Amino acid sequence: MQREGSPWQGLGVVTLKELSDHLTSWRMFVLEWLVAITAVVSVYVTIQQVGEVTAEDPYLLLRFFTRGTPLPFVALLSFLVPLVSIGLGFDLVNSEHNQRTLSRVLSQPIYRDALLFGKFLAGLATISISLIALWLLLIGLGLVMLGIPPGAEEVGRTLVFLLVTIAYAGVWLALALLFSILFRSAATAALAALGLWLFLTILWPLMMPLVANLLTPSGDVLALLNTQMVLARISPSALFNEVVAVILDPSLRSTQQSMFAQMGLMLIERGAVPGAPIPLMQSILVVWGQIVGLVAGTIMLFVIGYVVFQRQEVRA
Amino acid sequence: MSENLIEAENLVKRYNGTAVVKGISFTIGRGEIFGLLGPNGAGKTTTILMLLGLSEMSGGKARVCGHDPVREPLAVKRRVGYLPDQVGFYDNLSAADNLRYTARLIGLAPHEREAKIKASLDHVGLAGVADHRVSTFSRGMKQRLGLAEILMKDVQVAILDEPTSGLDPLATIELLDIIRNLKRHDVSVLLSSHLLERVQSVCDRVALFSAGNIVLMGTVPELRQKVLGGGFPVEIEAEGEGLHDRLVTIPGVRSVEELGSNKFRLLADSDVRPQAAAAVVAAGGRLYQISDMPSLEMIYSRYFENLAQAEEPLPTQMGKRHAA
Repeated sequence: MQREGSPWQGLGVVTLKELSDHLTSWRMFVLEWLVAITAVVSVYVTIQQVGEVTAEDPYLLLRFFTRGTPLPFVALLSFLVPLVSIGLGFDLVNSEHNQRTLSRVLSQPIYRDALLFGKFLAGLATISISLIALWLLLIGLGLVMLGIPPGAEEVGRTLVFLLVTIAYAGVWLALALLFSILFRSAATAALAALGLWLFLTILWPLMMPLVANLLTPSGDVLALLNTQMVLARISPSALFNEVVAVILDPSLRSTQQSMFAQMGLMLIERGAVPGAPIPLMQSILVVWGQIVGLVAGTIMLFVIGYVVFQRQEVRA
Repeated sequence: MSENLIEAENLVKRYNGTAVVKGISFTIGRGEIFGLLGPNGAGKTTTILMLLGLSEMSGGKARVCGHDPVREPLAVKRRVGYLPDQVGFYDNLSAADNLRYTARLIGLAPHEREAKIKASLDHVGLAGVADHRVSTFSRGMKQRLGLAEILMKDVQVAILDEPTSGLDPLATIELLDIIRNLKRHDVSVLLSSHLLERVQSVCDRVALFSAGNIVLMGTVPELRQKVLGGGFPVEIEAEGEGLHDRLVTIPGVRSVEELGSNKFRLLADSDVRPQAAAAVVAAGGRLYQISDMPSLEMIYSRYFENLAQAEEPLPTQMGKRHAA
């Protein structure tokens, strides 16, 4: 059966309203400060340790993202981005039920598609604005503190890193959106999303070797490591960490390099000079699967939420 | 009223195989106020949501302003204003901002947006609080804001779900006035309520809903005729000498029944309450109470009483059956 009109009618209006709500909310204010403080602390810690990095290093800017003890900037982002995404998405739909606005809004000439997609887009746009601001802040601070302009390759790599981080945020936002559709109580939705995030980020890496041991025949170390890696990639955080490791370190030629290093082996391709940097496009190709995985995860979670929302009754 | 703006034919809604709306049919003409009345959970809101295209029909068909709510929900929503039960607005926005959002959703041109918002808020008496946050509004103010939204939309049909529920008497009177005003603007109104007495005064026709079925439909006098039989019942509580005989002689009175001490029930051809009061005075008696015209509530409860009596086997018949 063909429905009349475009499913996207009203999409722009919903997106702008939601974006305005996010940007003016206290929640966003708190989250933005959290992100900004993270950036400043991260840059400060890295600057303290910059003595270890030589001026000849052609990827000095990238060190800003990957250096810094105890927590480098990318590790902080891997932790903070899901938190911000869940913080913005856990009550996107159930708040409409709880405020009893859903039936009134949907009685206007728009489809549910526009409402749901508008909410998701606005959430993603809000996170993107924060991340772009953070990216500019970091590059600007790096420029001021180091006094060396970054090269095009470095800027390109950080730009790809930015896009991947937005995709990573998309996965958690879509998950939070799904839970906001499934649970009428915002607190339950937040708790479920945070619980899943903690499970995938902290518990799953601990459990995963055990599961891998059960799944692989004993004695086959390579098969065991392979299974571990496949299982680890169930977590979006693992995918994100693999992507940023390769994108922000041109010397890495494989996501498995660290695994082989653990085994005392070195991955040497035919004709390759060990430790020599590879171009950005090659780095992207190395982690293309993981990038696609993050985007596919976002789409899959959104589609599940979309189907559930379409079938839900409007009445409160 | 010849043109029907809403036509529902055998509408059915099932949840998990259980029918909550069981094949109802009705029409609403242009400028008509139609009351869909009945207890909570009778299927009124479900029917409304089906008419708006917000809930799938399990069976039957409907046309709203000449459009099919299933295939052309946007066309229907453009022409229909909806005030849900316990209407909600965005608490963080002002009344005017809430209407601005709706105005953009319905595609009002920017140049006419502000004028329409102002006019509609004026109409419902909320112009003074247009810039106040909705979180500070009472329930009655939110209901009026909901009506302002409908007015701003310039609709052909207004669907109001339990508009008087939870309102104090003054707010109810104000709201019913606004509803009458919609009719004056040739807007058809579908009004659902479980508070029969509150809304019967504004309805041209009503449909009494029970357990997913329309059990009675028509004007209030028609329903009165149908359920209570021909004539106007009047109940009087009064004392006086020979009152029964005086009441019987009132022109148009068919019968007078004594219900107890000083209580009488008259059945008349027309409204004889003034004559009955005069008869009490003429008898030198005292009038304590005289009933109102039979309310919808009375009609509704009498209907079910009659139904129960009709279904209940007579004791004599039962006795006969046992004997056999």
